[in-house]
Formats: sequence, structure tokens, C-alpha cells
Amino acid sequence: MWLLLKYTLLYASVLALVALGGMFSERSGVINIALEGIMVVGGLIGVVMINLLNAAGIPVFLGVLLAILISGVAGAVYSSLLAFSAVNLKADQTIGGTALNLLATALAVVIAKRINGTDSPKISYNANTNKVLNNLHFSFQIGPLTLNWFIVVAIVALIAAWFILYRTRFGMRLMACGEHPQAADSVGINVYKMRWCGVLISGFLGGIGGMAYIVPAVGDWNFEMGVAGMGFLALAVMIFGQWKPMGIAAAALFFAVFRAMANIFDSIAFLNALNWPKEIYNMMPFIASMVVLAFTSKKSRAPKAEGIPYDKGSR
Amino acid sequence: MSKKNTAPRLGSAVGGIGSLLASLTCILVGLVIGFVVLLVLGWITLAQDGNSLTFGQMLTKTWNSGFKAILSGGFYSTANAMGMGVRTEILQAAPLVMTGLSVAFAFKTGLFNIGAAGQYTVGAYFALYSAIVMKLPWWACLLAAALGGAIWGSIPGLFKAFLNVNEVITSIMFNWIGLYAVNTLIYQGGTGVMFNTNTTKTYTIKQASPGSLLPTFNVGIGGKDYFGAMFLPTIGIFIAVAVAVVVWVVLNKTTFGYELKACGHNKDAAKYAGINDKKNIVLSMTIAGALAGLGAGLFYLSGSKEWEPLVSTALPAVGFNGISVALLASSNPVGCIFSALFIAHITVGGGFMDASVFPGEVSDIISGVVIYLCAFSLLFKSGILKFFTRKPKTVSPENGKEREA
Repeated sequence: MWLLLKYTLLYASVLALVALGGMFSERSGVINIALEGIMVVGGLIGVVMINLLNAAGIPVFLGVLLAILISGVAGAVYSSLLAFSAVNLKADQTIGGTALNLLATALAVVIAKRINGTDSPKISYNANTNKVLNNLHFSFQIGPLTLNWFIVVAIVALIAAWFILYRTRFGMRLMACGEHPQAADSVGINVYKMRWCGVLISGFLGGIGGMAYIVPAVGDWNFEMGVAGMGFLALAVMIFGQWKPMGIAAAALFFAVFRAMANIFDSIAFLNALNWPKEIYNMMPFIASMVVLAFTSKKSRAPKAEGIPYDKGSR
Repeated sequence: MSKKNTAPRLGSAVGGIGSLLASLTCILVGLVIGFVVLLVLGWITLAQDGNSLTFGQMLTKTWNSGFKAILSGGFYSTANAMGMGVRTEILQAAPLVMTGLSVAFAFKTGLFNIGAAGQYTVGAYFALYSAIVMKLPWWACLLAAALGGAIWGSIPGLFKAFLNVNEVITSIMFNWIGLYAVNTLIYQGGTGVMFNTNTTKTYTIKQASPGSLLPTFNVGIGGKDYFGAMFLPTIGIFIAVAVAVVVWVVLNKTTFGYELKACGHNKDAAKYAGINDKKNIVLSMTIAGALAGLGAGLFYLSGSKEWEPLVSTALPAVGFNGISVALLASSNPVGCIFSALFIAHITVGGGFMDASVFPGEVSDIISGVVIYLCAFSLLFKSGILKFFTRKPKTVSPENGKEREA
């Protein structure tokens, strides 16, 4: 049972981080379907940083902190490509995001293969390789329960997101840009700037989320599979959470249970007795998201202006 | 190159040439970025080895062992023994044309079919099942593949029409559901009827049911066969071209096609004109799915690759490359043939690069950059349009036929 809790919290923190990222972007009016690609970039850079910082011989705590921060920065830098095309060039946001998803996986495979110097797209960062800094340092124990630092990051991000969105001038302005950018502009809010901020925040959180998905659970990662649809699940979490921080937290927990099942079904007696193949459990979060969306979509209230490029000149 | 049509059809002619030039710009920029990536990769490798070369030497090396292969594609000289390279290229182009058509068809109805990868996967399962287990003739297997894709494509359509769920989200979710489902169905814990435990792949169609393989053809050049006996290409590419023409006719010359496009332009206006928008959304996605599924049939019934349920953890790239194909062609069905050939060309070429220095996925980077640029190619297009409407005499009516509808 502790294992189920461990993995549920792990995946909930991933989904919450990434979905919060998506929320900031969509609340500012930019559909961010590139979350999957941003996660891949964040995860790749995070893993590379673990190896680099390990070689640099930095103290473990500082190394963990730096790696997490830099994965977020990498995600933000990558998301600037989306912001540039969606905000400045007024491109189709769905197509631009899809391009970034494909580009991220291709880039990650090329970089991973180059780092290895072989044909293998796997990067390893586990404890068995005698590394001072490894994936175990991202976890800590409380009694029988293994937790990881990303859960802490996710909780901080959740509270910060709630505070920023509802209690600061910046958050109010951000939401205005996603609802009615013309009105926001008329009272002197720079819509382009706000949308850039929204996308960059989503890139930062998405990048950390990518690392959170890859690092604590396993010791090496095959970048050919990207992040296996986790970014898209986060989109479903965001919709199910109705673009609100607390709703997203609840939705993330809900989906994380399904996702965690794929990791631990063979250690739970009654699930093991069913003798279902692993693939069924892999499918579950996606099926769950479809069922949930089918029932909630009619009532769903997305930011009104999301997906529509804002043009100062048009009325 | 007759000039009689120039004046009355100016608008459309300029539009067509605008699309074409915008696509060519996307390709050019994509290739330049690909070249820069290769240059950086080469530089890193040399730095690691401790060799120092001048910039000129670097350029030559990148060109010779990397970029030249991408540009020559299947025609790369060392790889084209007995026509193997060219065969690989048209083998890959056929499913790409189909996934490209799939995406383009949905675009015309205002839908973004990002689910071609899943529809392709399910189509592959239907094709393999009807070939290996039911041992049907090849044309029946192709129909089965299209049916599989159609079923998978209809789901996002139904979700969109009746439950108001965005087709992009549904398609993505069903991509993964389809992939895991097909892997499970083929593997079944090692007991699947199609699963060969010795090779951990599906049984080869050649052994299980030779009648299900697509017919092959050869080309005679100077009294000699171009393709070696081992590397005969299938008729898949001709089927794909024929389907592209049929799709063009359906979209441009039939009432049904007109209704679909009307829904794409303005759903509310179409509804007001008495067009059943829900029916059209579902039909459009179903047909798009069928096209993608048929593409999987064309690929897997060629017998050159088997499904590997244990290692297929990523969605087939051909499904997503279909998006680049459709965008490059400005959703013109006939244009899809050419853009698919281009994407297949650089993908095959990428595989022929010196793999120890240049990973073949560089061609995926190029393809990704091309989609990214296509997302705002309207911008190029309107720029080019302005340029040409100022000087209308440079317009060639020949390209004007590729009018975007």
C-alpha cells in the first residue's frame, strides 16, 4: 500500500506541475499542447545536468537544487519557441505546439545518442554507476514511505499558483488576457507581454515536471519514447481541473492513481490475481481521461480567448 | 506555360503560387537548420576526439558524411545497390502519402487529426490479422486496414460531434490506447496467434500467407532491370497516388466534398444552409482514419517489416510526419504526393549518414522544424502574395491550379 501511495504521489506531483504550467499558458490565452515536448526537453536537460554536476563534484543538496532549476529554465527556453510563434507571429497554436512536441523528441534522441557516442538513446543516472549524484538523492524517506523532492516542489508551486492567480495584480491581468484581450489592452495591459509570461511560466513548470517524471522513478531513460503521453494527460488534468489550481490538484491525484497502477499492479494481490497484461494498466489513465472528459466537457468552461491570436490592430 | 488564364484567375493563381513558395521556404529553412545541427554535431565529435580541423574542413566533412546523404535520400550512391535505396524511399512514401491525406482531409473540415498515428497502428493490426491469421488476398487485407483505421478515426469524430470534446485531445488519447491495445492483442503474453516467439515479432507474411503480399513491379532501364530481385518495390505507391487523386475529386468535384469544406469554413453558416454538421464531422474523421489505416496496410503488406509488440513503445512516426506532409502541401491532396516524397527522401537519407557522428533522427528534426515553420507559413504567404500582386506579371498560371479551397 505504501508503494501505491509512493507512486500516486509521484505521478500526482508530475501531473500537477505540468497541468499548472498548462493552466498559466491557457489562462493567458495560449493553448499549450507542447507540454509533452517541454517535458522531454526539461527531462533531458535535467538528466544531463545530473551527470554534469556529478562530474563537477558539487555538494549533493546543491546539485539536486541546481538540476531541478535548470530543467525548469530549459523548459522555459524551449517554450519561448511556442510563445514566439503563437504571440508574435500569430501562428496556429495547435500546429505550433505539435511541431514542438515532435521536435523535442527528435532533438532529445539526437542529443542522447551523441552523449553516448553510440546508437543508444538511453541516458543513465542511477546509483549503480558509482555516481555521487544520482536519482536516489531526489527521494527521501518518512517512515515506510518514500517521497521525492518534486512533491515538495509541486506543493509549493500549487500554493504559489493559487496566490499568484487570485491574489496578485499579475494574476488578474493574466486571466484578463485569456478572457478578453481587447478589454485588457484597452486598460493598458500589454497583452503580448502577459501571454509571453504565461507561456514561459508553463515552460518552467513543464520542464521541472518532465524531470519529475523521469528521475525519481527509474535509473535510466530511453528518450525514444519521449515521456509516453504524460504531457497530454496533464492537459486532460488541466481541463478536468477546470483551469483552477485546486481543481488541478484534485484531478492530478485522481489520474495519478490510475497511472501508478501500471507500476505496482503485480505487487497488489487481487490485481495480480486478475492476470491482466501490463498494457491494460498503461491504457487506464488514457481511458479514464476520455471517460471523464466525455462527461464533463459539455459543462467545461475554458478561458474564452484561448487559441485565438491577439492582434492589436483588429477589433 | 500559356498565359491566357492569367488575368481572370489572378487571385487563385497567386494564392497557389503563394502556398508553393511558402512551402519551399519552409523546406529551405528546415534544411538549413538541419545542416547547422549536423555541423554542431560534427564539431562536438571532433572536439571529443581531440582533432582540430579548420572551419572549411569541417564544412566539407559535414557535407560529405552527413548532409549529402540527406539531400540524396534513396539515391545516395553507396546505399542504392540494386535499387535498394530507391525502393526504401517509395516504400516509405506510400504510407506517408496516406497519413498526409488523412491529416489534410480532416483539415478541410476544420479538424486537426493528430490521431493518424493511432489510426495507422490499428490499421496495421487489422492488416496483419487478415493476412497472417485469415490469409485473405492483398486487396481484402487493404480494405481491412482501412476499416480498422476508420473505426479508430470515427471515435474522435463522435466525441467531437456529440460530447463536445476537442478532437485533438481525443485523438491523442486514442493514439496511446490504440498502441497499447495492439501490442497486447498481438503479444497476449506470448500466446498470440500472430506472435512468433523465436523472433519476438509477428510472423512474416511471406511465410504465413504469400497471397497477402502486395504485387511488385520492376522498371527496365537500358534493357536492364533497375531493381534487384531482392528489392522489388510494391505497387503501394501507385495505390497511394490513385487515392490522392480520388480524394482530390471528392473534395473538389462532389457535393459531399463541398459540404465538408463548408463545415470547415464556417460551421454555423453550414448548419444554417441545411448541412448536417455533426454527420460531416463524424464522416470526415472516419474517412481520415480510413486513409491512415490504408497507409498502414500499404506498408505492412509489403512484407518488409513485422510488428514488434515488445519494443513498440513509441507511436509510429509516420503518423506524425503526415502532419508535415499535409501542411507542406497546404492540404492539397495531390500536393501531398510530392511532400510525402520529400519527407520520405530526407528520412531515408538520414539513415544513410555516418551513424557514429550523425544520428539519423536529424531528419526528424528537419521535419519538426518544417511543421513549426508551416504553423505561421500564412505569414510568408501573405508576404509573398503582397509581393506578387504588386508585380503580377511574374505569376505563372501553371501553378495556379493548386488553388487552396
